[in-house]
Amino acid sequence: MAEVEETLKRIQTQKGVQGIIIVNSEGIPIKTTLDNSSTVQYAGLIHQLVMKARSTVRDIDPQNDLTFLRVRSKKNEIMIAPDKDYFLIVIQNPSD
Amino acid sequence: MAPKKKKTSTGSAGNKGRGKEILTPTPVEQPDHPEDIFPIVLTSATQELFGCRADEDVTRESPFKLLKKDSIVQDIKTRAAVSDFSPVKQTVLDYPEDEILLVFDREFTYGQRFYLVLTPKAKDGILCPPQPETLEVLENRINNTPEPKRWISLGSEKEIDEECVKETRDKLLYKFSRVRRKFGAPVCFSDRSAADAKGGYLECASYQDSRFSIKQMQRDCGMQAVPGLQSSSAQTQWIVQRNVFTQYKARELSKVEIENILQTESLKNFLNSVTFRLLKALQEEEVMKVFVDDCKALGTESEAGDWSGNVSEGLMLYQAFSNQNYTADRKVSCINWHPTIFGVIAVALTRRKVEQLNESAVSDTGASLIVFYSFSDPSHCQLLLECPDDIFAFEFCPSDPNVIVGGCTNGQVVLWDISAHISHLEGTQSSGKTVSETFELDDKKENKTPVVRYCAVSALESGHKAPITDVKWLPPTFEVTRTGSPVENRNHASVQFVTCSPDCSILFWDVRVKQLSQSASDRKQQTTPYAVPDRFKHLDWTWKPLFRVSLPKINTTGEYAPLKFNFEPYTRESTTDGGTDKADENEADSDIPDFSQLSAHSARTLPALADVNTKLYIGTEDCEIIYTDWKLVKDDSGRMHSSKPLHCCNIHHGMVNTVQRSPFFKDIILTIGGWNFAIWKEGVMDGPIVLSQGFEQVCTVGCWSLSRPAVFFIGKENGSIEVWNLLEKTNEPVHVQAHATNDTISSITPWVASPKQHFLAVSDCLGIVRVFEIPKKLYIPSRNEALSMKKYFEHGEEGLKDFLKKKEQWDKQNAELDKPDAATLESEELTVKEYSDYLTLQESILKGRGLMPAAVTQHH
Repeated sequence: MAEVEETLKRIQTQKGVQGIIIVNSEGIPIKTTLDNSSTVQYAGLIHQLVMKARSTVRDIDPQNDLTFLRVRSKKNEIMIAPDKDYFLIVIQNPSD
Repeated sequence: MAPKKKKTSTGSAGNKGRGKEILTPTPVEQPDHPEDIFPIVLTSATQELFGCRADEDVTRESPFKLLKKDSIVQDIKTRAAVSDFSPVKQTVLDYPEDEILLVFDREFTYGQRFYLVLTPKAKDGILCPPQPETLEVLENRINNTPEPKRWISLGSEKEIDEECVKETRDKLLYKFSRVRRKFGAPVCFSDRSAADAKGGYLECASYQDSRFSIKQMQRDCGMQAVPGLQSSSAQTQWIVQRNVFTQYKARELSKVEIENILQTESLKNFLNSVTFRLLKALQEEEVMKVFVDDCKALGTESEAGDWSGNVSEGLMLYQAFSNQNYTADRKVSCINWHPTIFGVIAVALTRRKVEQLNESAVSDTGASLIVFYSFSDPSHCQLLLECPDDIFAFEFCPSDPNVIVGGCTNGQVVLWDISAHISHLEGTQSSGKTVSETFELDDKKENKTPVVRYCAVSALESGHKAPITDVKWLPPTFEVTRTGSPVENRNHASVQFVTCSPDCSILFWDVRVKQLSQSASDRKQQTTPYAVPDRFKHLDWTWKPLFRVSLPKINTTGEYAPLKFNFEPYTRESTTDGGTDKADENEADSDIPDFSQLSAHSARTLPALADVNTKLYIGTEDCEIIYTDWKLVKDDSGRMHSSKPLHCCNIHHGMVNTVQRSPFFKDIILTIGGWNFAIWKEGVMDGPIVLSQGFEQVCTVGCWSLSRPAVFFIGKENGSIEVWNLLEKTNEPVHVQAHATNDTISSITPWVASPKQHFLAVSDCLGIVRVFEIPKKLYIPSRNEALSMKKYFEHGEEGLKDFLKKKEQWDKQNAELDKPDAATLESEELTVKEYSDYLTLQESILKGRGLMPAAVTQHH
């Protein structure tokens, strides 16, 4: 538990980080630093996106797998690190 | 007929036997007897009875014996079973004829001595034919060929008759002979059909003879009803609408589950593996911006694609307008671009003051005019607007560019309506001038420039008492009531405008019919001398302002004398009935409301707009900038009067000649006066956020650039134009166009004609208007220019605040420094006192000693 906290803190202290969400493989948020409604929204939407991206990568080459997904928008950037059972979503505000 | 041919078949019985007898080469007959033959044994008794004894009665030569049927029958009856004929009893009884043939069969053909022929047919066959067969074989053979029979007509001769070609008549024979001399000459025969010659044939054409027309009285017709098949389909629409909804909720894990998960090893492993790359990605963002091209961002936008040879830094002269007839000794007081028509600029000309000083009376060098120029024809004016007096300021109505309002030197407000000449103005773009038929004062003018007389002019006594120096229309988004409170503008057209004049008042005017002016309208049924558009007839000569804003000085008595003013253009932001408003606006755009039909609504009926900024920035004759509210307030006595200005600042050292709001920022105002300029932010009362240092030349006029938030132009007294870019240099202009004009610049107006053409119209005191084209560098904004300017202004504001704070502190310090004066005074007094004490002491001591000189007397 403490390790989890510590890791999250490490990430949180980076410049521009707005929020962190840990989501399990079904898309249910486990741990978050944002409010509940945003968390649920992000988790649901990003879960679908990650599934799609992963299936895309694997369709092209079955030996391949998705390691990192970055969605850059006008206002911020969403970084998603997927894994077998969980994935980690970080929302960052770019510095300009 | 019995066949005489040789037959090998077992068909006819008797003949076969017979034939066999005669014709030896016939094949062997079958030993069985045919049906018609019955071999019979006849006893001698029977033989004798019937007279057919063998070899006696019947012999080889005549083997036939015809026995009577009756006798046979009798015999059968007599002798019954014993009779030889008993086997054939039945047949004999059935025998149709009377006589039955008995044949002596010598060779035992059928197995017995005699045989009976049972049928008369066979009997005949045997009896009769043998006769010819007694002939020789050869004859038989010859007779075998079919004899020609008689032909029986079956009707075929008719067909043959029809088919065969017979001559119906004899052949005609014509004998031609030629003239003797032509014997031997070649002759040419040709064919001629009967149709070639006129009388070649006689035709009996068939014609309908009415005698033979038979009217069909009755006709059989059959009808059959066929069921017409038509397939059709119908689809019903489910009209009944039914609301269907689903509601879902995101899944959540319970707290216990979350706790469990957080404890698991897998989560820890996950985090360990993932964190590194995530941190790297997060830092990447910081280190280098992937999507921003830094090199590109360094350069300004204008240099990006402009590689043509002549990249000019400065303003290029595009055209110069002047006209000897009208502008000879005038100076230009105000220029305005036509808002919609390309290339049309309106110039207000006034008499030069120099001349007025010399002459006692106002020299009438011609009527006062506003002149329209067009790009297509720089030397001739397109339109002239006649004014009652010199115009110092005029403006096109923003919602209807055909309406122009101007303020005169005598304080009157004048309205023109040029809608009749719009086609003329527009037509000048493509081709030359077109002659306008009506609305001409002087028909004899050779250039036939149409002159428009003013539609309406205000009453002399109700206008200003001093020349009107600034006129501005209120935007079509709101209007004001008699007390100055802004209300919603249902007409979506600008119907009110504001004028100011150094007679210390600002007047609000309304263009519409006032409710109380019925009698006035009756009075002025006088026809106007020339046919002018009567849109504003209701206003003519009786026009009064809506209300008056006076500007009492803040701290002292007296009033400010405004020269220029500026208010915030209110843009409609309410979304409550935004939909209908937009629809109304669209309608209003298509049909511009007829001003004569509009009437000022009662103030109570229109909803008030609370968020309109009713404050004005005013530049005065005394070089001050005033910030005041135009709304009238009630004072203690219940009368409405203007409130005192909120703020007054004296930073310019000359008459303020420009107060202009930035087109990009609603709260940034540029003021120019005297030898410097200042930029103010609305709301910051203490001072300008940017204040320039004093220049050598007097700044006469200035304006913001319409496309770049940081650029503005200043015109100087020596005829040069300065281009300032606050983001590049803040203490000197970026570009100075010296000698743009030959005399003091009196007015600068920018205009965006097209995205590639930006013009700057500059007028001077010699009556010439020059149009410059702004180079790309000066009109394409740099990246984030607006943002940078905003920051700049914020800096300026903070700087100002800091400055003021420091000033306060400084003042405080100074005040404190003043207090030590009192202290020193005190200490001085002390020392003086001490000294005097000392002196008295000295005196007393010396006196005691008796050493005091007599000269030293008390001098304290």
